[in-house]
Amino acid sequence: MQKHNHVLLVLAHPDDETNLSGTLAMHIHQGTPVTYVCLTLGEMGRNMGSPIIANRVTLPMIRKKELEQSCESIGIEDLRMWGYHDKMVEFEDQALLAHRVKETIEELNPSLIITFYPGFSVHPDHEACGRAVIRAVESLPEESRPTVHAVAFSRGCEEILGPPDVINEVGEFFEQKKGSFFAHRTQFQIMVGFHNDDQELRARWSKERFWTYRFH
Amino acid sequence: MQLIDSEEVQKRLTKWQNEDLYMHQEMTTGAYASHPASTFVKNAKIRYSLGTIAGEGPYRVGLKMEDGWVYAQGLTHWDFTDNHQLILAGHDDKGRLVVCLMLSKEPF
Ligand SMILES: [Zn+2]
Repeated sequence: MQKHNHVLLVLAHPDDETNLSGTLAMHIHQGTPVTYVCLTLGEMGRNMGSPIIANRVTLPMIRKKELEQSCESIGIEDLRMWGYHDKMVEFEDQALLAHRVKETIEELNPSLIITFYPGFSVHPDHEACGRAVIRAVESLPEESRPTVHAVAFSRGCEEILGPPDVINEVGEFFEQKKGSFFAHRTQFQIMVGFHNDDQELRARWSKERFWTYRFH
Repeated sequence: MQLIDSEEVQKRLTKWQNEDLYMHQEMTTGAYASHPASTFVKNAKIRYSLGTIAGEGPYRVGLKMEDGWVYAQGLTHWDFTDNHQLILAGHDDKGRLVVCLMLSKEPF
């Protein structure tokens, strides 16, 4: 995998990073610092743990701790929680949000940004997040734009986008990914059925897929 | 009621930014759901600085207040009454009300 000087990850909810944590761990292993901007604390989530360990008041603080633990497992040292309200990102001033992303890009000068692919990422917070990042990058002069790797998972997205052009083999970083997954206790207990079967998890988690965003 | 015209609704929402309003908000699963649940707030006094309708139908609305938010998802229909009441509602495929958000300068 190409070595980058700095990777900026912009996502919407604690646990959004888990599905790409192998890639993040790989960058960190190569000596590339990763900055993770997480827009919300996921405080409107419906999963409260099983048995129930959270309520509407405690959920954001619990998810914040889960996120910190996930980042620790992956090796992310620069975690920035911007504190937008879960579900409400699309209702914020969109120009202001894009501007804030732009300021962060100018501060860090990353060669790679990872975010959601607008139009193909299902949740309105994901869509607003991806749109803000693309808008921010588009506002930079063409020659100074970092590469954007976007994640897409809406139904039928491959028919429109084509197959992902970036497929990272991340089997080597299984432990980091597993650590991220299990850090989000309140969210993933429902899936605990297969949690002792490392073979199955390894098979599921060995590849992470991205689309390089094409600016027009 | 008519199907939502998001541009028209957006105009109304924008017009009432930073005004004192009454709100009625409601959601119900109906009495025969596997876990019947419902909630409503009638005539809460609110004031929002940013009001937005989003989506391509069913629609979502978010009202940003000084200390919090109002949110509704699943909106399909709207009316603006002669009494200047903005009525937004979401109906299921059988035409039953699932969700409702209403704003007015006078109590409902
Ligand atoms: Zn998410």
